[in-house]
Amino acid sequence: MNKKKILIVDDEPNIVMSLEYTFKKNDFEVFIARDGGEAIEILKSQIPDVVLLDIMMPNVDGYQTLKYIRSNAETKNIKVIFLTAKNKASDIQKGLTMGVDRYLTKPFSIKKIMAEINELIA
Amino acid sequence: MNSYVLIFIIVGYLLLLFGIAFWAEKKAKRSWVNNPYVYTLSLAVYCSAWTYYGSVGIAATSGVSFLTTYLGPVIAFPVWIVVLKKIIKISKQHKVSSIADFISLRYGNDRFLGALVTIICVLGVLPYISLQLKAVSETFEIISNDPVNSSGTIFEDSTFYIAVLLAVFAAFFGTRTTDATRRRQGIVFSVAVESVIKLIFFLGVGGYVTYFLFDGTTDIYNQISVIEDFESLTTFDSLESGINWYFMIALSFLAIFLLPRQFHVSVIENTTKKDLKNAIWMFPLYLLLFNVFVVFIAWGGKLRLGDIANPDYYSLLLPLQNGDVFLATLVFLGGFSAVISMVVVSTLALSTMLSNNLIIPYGFLDKFSKSRPERNANYIKNIRRIAILCLILGAYFFYINFNIELSLFSIGQLSFVVIAQLGPSFFIGLFWNRGSSIAAKMGIITGALVTGYTLVLPFVLDTIFGNMNFIVYGPFEIELLRPYALFGIDILNPVTHAFFWSMFSNVIVYLSVSLSFKGNYRERNYGEMFVDSNYNSLQENAFVWKGEAYVSDIRKVLNRFLGEERTERALDLFYLKYDLPKNAEAADARLINFSEKLLTGSIGSASSRILISSVVKEQPVTLVEVLEILEENKKTISTNKFLKQKSDELTQLTDELKEVNEELTLHDKLKDEFLDTVAHELKTPITSIRAASEVLLDSQDMPDELKMQFLDNIVHDSERLTKLIHDILDLEKLGSGREILDKKENDLYLTIEKAILGVRAIAEKKNIKIKNSKPSEILVARYDEDRILQVFTNVLSNAIKFVEEKNGVIKIVSKKRKDYIRISIEDNGKGILIEDMKHIFDKFYQSKNQNVKKPAGSGFGLAISKQIIEGHNGKIWADKNCKTGARFIIEIPDEHK
Repeated sequence: MNKKKILIVDDEPNIVMSLEYTFKKNDFEVFIARDGGEAIEILKSQIPDVVLLDIMMPNVDGYQTLKYIRSNAETKNIKVIFLTAKNKASDIQKGLTMGVDRYLTKPFSIKKIMAEINELIA
Repeated sequence: MNSYVLIFIIVGYLLLLFGIAFWAEKKAKRSWVNNPYVYTLSLAVYCSAWTYYGSVGIAATSGVSFLTTYLGPVIAFPVWIVVLKKIIKISKQHKVSSIADFISLRYGNDRFLGALVTIICVLGVLPYISLQLKAVSETFEIISNDPVNSSGTIFEDSTFYIAVLLAVFAAFFGTRTTDATRRRQGIVFSVAVESVIKLIFFLGVGGYVTYFLFDGTTDIYNQISVIEDFESLTTFDSLESGINWYFMIALSFLAIFLLPRQFHVSVIENTTKKDLKNAIWMFPLYLLLFNVFVVFIAWGGKLRLGDIANPDYYSLLLPLQNGDVFLATLVFLGGFSAVISMVVVSTLALSTMLSNNLIIPYGFLDKFSKSRPERNANYIKNIRRIAILCLILGAYFFYINFNIELSLFSIGQLSFVVIAQLGPSFFIGLFWNRGSSIAAKMGIITGALVTGYTLVLPFVLDTIFGNMNFIVYGPFEIELLRPYALFGIDILNPVTHAFFWSMFSNVIVYLSVSLSFKGNYRERNYGEMFVDSNYNSLQENAFVWKGEAYVSDIRKVLNRFLGEERTERALDLFYLKYDLPKNAEAADARLINFSEKLLTGSIGSASSRILISSVVKEQPVTLVEVLEILEENKKTISTNKFLKQKSDELTQLTDELKEVNEELTLHDKLKDEFLDTVAHELKTPITSIRAASEVLLDSQDMPDELKMQFLDNIVHDSERLTKLIHDILDLEKLGSGREILDKKENDLYLTIEKAILGVRAIAEKKNIKIKNSKPSEILVARYDEDRILQVFTNVLSNAIKFVEEKNGVIKIVSKKRKDYIRISIEDNGKGILIEDMKHIFDKFYQSKNQNVKKPAGSGFGLAISKQIIEGHNGKIWADKNCKTGARFIIEIPDEHK
C-alpha cells in the first residue's frame, strides 16, 4: 500500500513544523507550501490525498487555492481541510459553500486533526 | 404741403400703430413685448405734446423754468421707485385697476371717494387732452399751410377725425377684456414705440437747428447773448423765482405718481420688479435727453423767427422756414406720437375709472345684478368704450370752445395742480393708518375749491372774459382775497401760488379731520393693510369680516360677472390654496375678501363691495376688534416665524445626531473588525505553542535536537504573544487617554541617538547604514522620552525591515521650525504604495486587508506611534512626494515652560 500524501499550506513555519512532524510519524508523505502560489505549483506534479489549507496567507490565499483545486479535473477530488483562525459562522459557511470537506479552527488539537483526516480518507 | 397728403400720412401712421399694437397683442408672451425697456419707454408717456412743443415755448419766453417739469421726476426718482414698489405690491394684491380704485380702497372701499377721485381726474385731465388736440390741430395747420378751419363745421375739421380715430384705437385695444387689471400689451408696446419715435425726431430737429442752421451750441449762445432780455432767460433773478422753482419741482413730482396715465403705465402695466430696476436709470436718462436741445431750439427760433411766431412751434417752423418740409413732417409725426400715446393712455385710464368708480357703482349695479353674465361683460366693455369716446369728444369740444387762445404750458400746469389734490390722501394714507375716508374727501374737495378760486376762476375770467378786476382788486375789492395773492402772499407766480394754497389747505383739512373723527372699522382695516403692506402673509388674513354668508350666494354673484367657467376656476384655486372642502356652505372672511378682489378688476372695488355685501349679512365690527384681530395676526406670524426657526434648529440637530450616529456605527464596526484582527493575531502564536506542546507530550522518543527546536519555538511564540498583548494594551491605553505622558525637557538629538542604539545590532547584522545629522543648534523640547523613543524605534525598525540588506541607508534630519521641531526619517527601500498611504497609521486598517498578512510584527506599531505623537500635540505622516523610498515626518511642538 502506497503512503498517503498530504499537502500542508500555511505561512507560519512553527505551526507547519508541528504538523509535519506528526504526519510523518503517522506515515504520511508530506508536502509543504508557504502560500497558495507554492501549493498550486506542487499540485501540478503531485496529487495528494488531503490538502490542509490555511486561509489568510500572503499573495494567493486559501480561498483562491481551493477554487483552483475544485476547478481542475486532476485536483477536484482531493479532500481539502480548512485550518484557520477564522471562526465566525459566516466564514465557515463561506468555506463550506466553496466546497471544502472539513473546516477546522485554530488553535487546534493535533489528535483531532489526525482523526478527521483518517475519517476523511478511510 | 397739401393737407390731403398730410392726412394721408397721418392715417398711414395711425394704421402702422394699429398694426404694431395688434402684433404686440398677438406676441404678448414674447420677451420682445414684455421687457423692462418697453416698460421704461412706456413711462415716457409723461412726455406729451406739452413737452414736445411747450418746453421750447417756455424756454423762449420765460427761460429755464421748463426744466422743473422734468427735474421733479429726475430728482425724486429714487424715492419714486421705493414708493412705487409699495404701490405696485398693494395694487397687485388687491387687483386695483386705477388710481381712483386705489384711493377708494385705501379708505375702506368708499364709493363716494372713488367717484370724487374720478371726477377730479376727469376735470384735471380733460383740458389736458384737449391741449393735445390743440397741438395736433395747430401743427397740422402749420405743416399743411391751411388756415385753421374756424368758420366751417366740425365735420370739415381734420382734428375732429383724428380725435375719433384715437378714440377707436383706445377703445379697440383698451377694452378687450372686462378685467381692467389685465395688461394691455398692444397699447403699451405702441406707446413704447412712440416714445422712441418722439425722442429721435425731437433730438433730430434739435441737432438740425444747432449744427445745421447754426454753427453749434457756442454759436447760438454767442448770438443770443447779445439780445437785451437774455439775462432773464438763463438765471434765477431772485429768491422768489427760486421758491417758484421749488414748488414747480414738487408739483411735477406729484404728477408723475398721480396722473392717471402715469399710474396706469407704471402700476397697472407693471409685470416684474425687474422693470423698476431698469427704469431707475433709464427713465431719468430719457427725460434728460429730451431736454438737451430745448434751449437751443428756443434760442435759435428766437434769433431766426423773432417773437412774432408762436414759440411753441419753433421746432416745426425752423425747418419749414429753411424749406425742409420732410424734416418738418417728421417733427410733426414726433409730436403726433406724443399726442397719441398721451391721449390713448389717459382716456383708457379715465374710462376705467369712469366705468368702475362712477357709472357702474352709481347707476348700473341693479341692472347688472339681474342680467346674464355674457351680457354683463359686454355692458361693461360698452360703458368703457362710450366713456373713451365721450372723453375724447369732450376734450375736442373743450378745445373748440375754450382752448384756442391758451398756451400749451399754462393748461398743462393747471392740470397738474388739479391732479395734485389727490396727493395728501394718496401719500399720507400710504404711510399713516389713521387717515380716514371723510378726511380724504374733505381734503380733496377743499383743495379743489381752493384751486378753483386761486387758479381756474381768475384764469377763466382773464383769458375768456378779459376781466382783470377780480385779479387785481380781489372779490368785492377785498385785497386779502386777491386770487393770485391770497392773504398777501404775492411772491409766487399764479400756478405755484395756487399749488401752495391748495396743498396747504388740503393737508391741513386731511390731518385735522383724520385726527378729530375716527373712521369706521373697514377704513381702519384697509388702512392697516396698506400701511403694513410689507407684512406679506398678513394680507391674506388681514381682512376683518364678521357675519353670515353662503357660498352659493357668492357663487351666483360671481357667475353673473365672470361667467361660470371663470368662477369655478377661481373658486377651485381658492379652495386649493386654503385647503378647504369644496362643499362648504358657509363662507368666511377669506372668501368674501377673495370674491371682492375678483370682482374688483371688472367693476371696480366700490361696486364689488356693494355687490358682495348685498348677498351676505354682515355684522358690524368695532374698531377695537379690528385692531385686536390685526394685532393677533401679526403675533401669529411672529409666532410662526419663531416656530419655523425652532423647527429648523431641530432639523439641524437631527441631522447632526444622524451624523454622529453614523460615525458611531462605523466606529463600532471598525472596533469589531479590530477585535477580530486582535483575536486572529493572538491565535497564531497560541496555535503554534499548543501544537508544539502536544507534539512534545506525545513523542517521548523524539531526538533531543528536535525537542530543543520545538521548545525554542514555544519560547519564541510566547515572546511574540507577550509583545502583542503589550502593544494592544498600549494602543488601548493611549487611545482612551488614560496614559499620562511624563513630559520633561529633553534633547531630541540624544533621544534619536538612543533609538539608533536600540536597533543598531539588527542594522549592523544586515549591513544597513543609519545617518543621524547633527543639528546646528541644540533641539530641546518637552516630551515623554520613553514614548518618543518608542516611536523612533518603531519607524526605524520598519525602515530596516523594508530596505535591502547591504545597500540600505536610513537618513535622519532634525530641524527647528517656527514653533515645532521637524524630524524626517528617510530610507531607500521599496517605499509605500499609494493606496496604503492613507491607511498605514490606521490601527483598524489591517482588518480591511485580512487575507494578506503583514511581514512580521504586530502591525500596530504605526498606530501606536501616531497616538503617542498626537498625545504630544504633534503630527506624523508619510511624505507622498518621496519617490526613492519611504519618508516619515514627525513634528513635535516646541513647548517650553
